[in-house]
Amino acid sequence: MEQVPETGAVQRPGRVASSWRRAFNREALTGWLFILPALVGFVLFYLLPSVRAFSISFTDWNLLRPPRPVGLENYEALLADPNFWHALKVTGLYVLFNIPLQTVLALLLAVLMDRLVRSIFVRAVVILPYLLSNVVVAMIFLWLLHPILGYVNVFLGLLGLERQPFFGSPDQALATVAGVNIWRHMGFTALLFYAGLQSIPRSLYEAAAIDGAGEWRMFWRITLPLLRPVTVFVLVTSVIGSFQIFDTVAVATGGGPSYATRVIVWYIYENAFQFFKMGYASAMSMVLFLILVAFTLVQMRVFRANQSDLS
Amino acid sequence: MHSGTTYTREVQRLTPGRVLAWALLAALIFVTLFPLWIVVKTAITHPKELFEQATVLFPTDPTLLNFRRALGMVSLEENLAVGGVANINFLTAMRNSVLFTLTIVVFQTFFSAMAAYAFARLRFPGRDVIFFLFLAATMIPGAVLFIPNFILIKNLGWLNTFQGMVAPFVLMTPFAVFFLRQFFLAVPKELEEAAYLDGATPFYIFWRIILPISKTPLVTLGILTTINTWNEFFWPWIVSKDNSLQVLTVALKMFQSQTPQGSPDWTGLMAATFLAIVPVFILLVVLGRQVVESLQFSGLK
Repeated sequence: MEQVPETGAVQRPGRVASSWRRAFNREALTGWLFILPALVGFVLFYLLPSVRAFSISFTDWNLLRPPRPVGLENYEALLADPNFWHALKVTGLYVLFNIPLQTVLALLLAVLMDRLVRSIFVRAVVILPYLLSNVVVAMIFLWLLHPILGYVNVFLGLLGLERQPFFGSPDQALATVAGVNIWRHMGFTALLFYAGLQSIPRSLYEAAAIDGAGEWRMFWRITLPLLRPVTVFVLVTSVIGSFQIFDTVAVATGGGPSYATRVIVWYIYENAFQFFKMGYASAMSMVLFLILVAFTLVQMRVFRANQSDLS
Repeated sequence: MHSGTTYTREVQRLTPGRVLAWALLAALIFVTLFPLWIVVKTAITHPKELFEQATVLFPTDPTLLNFRRALGMVSLEENLAVGGVANINFLTAMRNSVLFTLTIVVFQTFFSAMAAYAFARLRFPGRDVIFFLFLAATMIPGAVLFIPNFILIKNLGWLNTFQGMVAPFVLMTPFAVFFLRQFFLAVPKELEEAAYLDGATPFYIFWRIILPISKTPLVTLGILTTINTWNEFFWPWIVSKDNSLQVLTVALKMFQSQTPQGSPDWTGLMAATFLAIVPVFILLVVLGRQVVESLQFSGLK
């Protein structure tokens, strides 16, 4: 926090109070000037839109006619809308397909890197997919998983196995989207775990090795417990991100087939930009916001519980 | 860190577990890289041979034709003759992406750094309240903001304009301000105090002392912002479907959805995909260590 240097008071001559006040005013002015551009950006693109989204959610508005206030109608309609509940269910399922496998694979990869090769080159290779845009990644897998020409199906054919529709089937599309995002995020998540692993003192492993503990035991007794704060952080941030899945759906499936991948943000997008129901879409975004706030509160709670555990 | 301790030496022996560990690591790296190879392979396959070449891992007759097609260096007739579905030109999209990314990275970093310096060092009424609001804003999901932001840009008449595409990003992000403030707080004050006594203005101190000694966090932040901006899809997509302003992500998506169902121009699409990857790949090769460390750091905020 900001504090006046102790020597300052001694060095200053008699007119301390007045010059101090002048300095303060000047400093205040300078401070405001320094934050001005960022503040304008914040007010225009974060603060006002948040307030506006809230107020739009109480209107009926298609952008052509002026908004008509409808009170809580949008929220009531939302609760009665089976598509909304379906979108929530699909999103929840997506998170379940996505997060556990991604986290386990990332942890495995991180431990393997930590144990076998600490080279920056391997880490660079591993995060390559994360540097690609969701659009590029979706494009790659649309081609790789193409029902006829895609290499994965060609390979399945060579093995004498049945070809799979992947994105093209209501049963497989959601899991496929999850798989694609596991591919993109695995290395990045592994990198976060890897950073966490570096903070575990090596002496613990050395001591355990002297006591005759094997790799497996050391993983469960040392690595996993000491990695818990990182794990919690990774889990919560990736669940929050995963809940807002959009790009891959937009490019690869468009919410289909048969609404199998109509996740919540896609449904918000559809309502806003295809059906032009701005009020309804905003109400839904408010509900999404509440869900994510709930996640964050859980995160804070678990984090606090963890910090004492670590020290 | 990785000195030859007894423990490290002990695990160097080739046990079955160790072989399995290496195999697993190799498998994960293979899964990471294989799809990228298929992109390259498809991009250098002649469009007419796509079907015959589907099973091979390296095309028998590699060609650069698809790259020339993707960059608009081939006439429409020639393009249609080899099975292309429309004229594609990703050169403009590439230029748009570079411009979009550079503008945002430079201005966002600069304005965020100014604000971060004020939050870290200057005293002014309202400072803590505003900073708290900035922090709270990191919790608001994009889905809440995009509708009002779209309406604002529409009312300003900025749809399909460059300023409309960059506006929400150029002035700040809460994360950038927060990230740099953390660093500035840790900078010793003596340097600034000496300059201040010599009569330097706050802006001079910021420009000549603070920014130069903050190279590391600025590079870290710059890398993170570059990656995120280069890959940004949603906002450019909803405000600029106009051909002349499309960034690469939008152009790829539009090209893919414009082609007839079932038979997109896969070789052209993969050549364009490859072109979208190249800049990121160069960034990784040139600044490998910094990129890895930046991302590693992004989780520890």
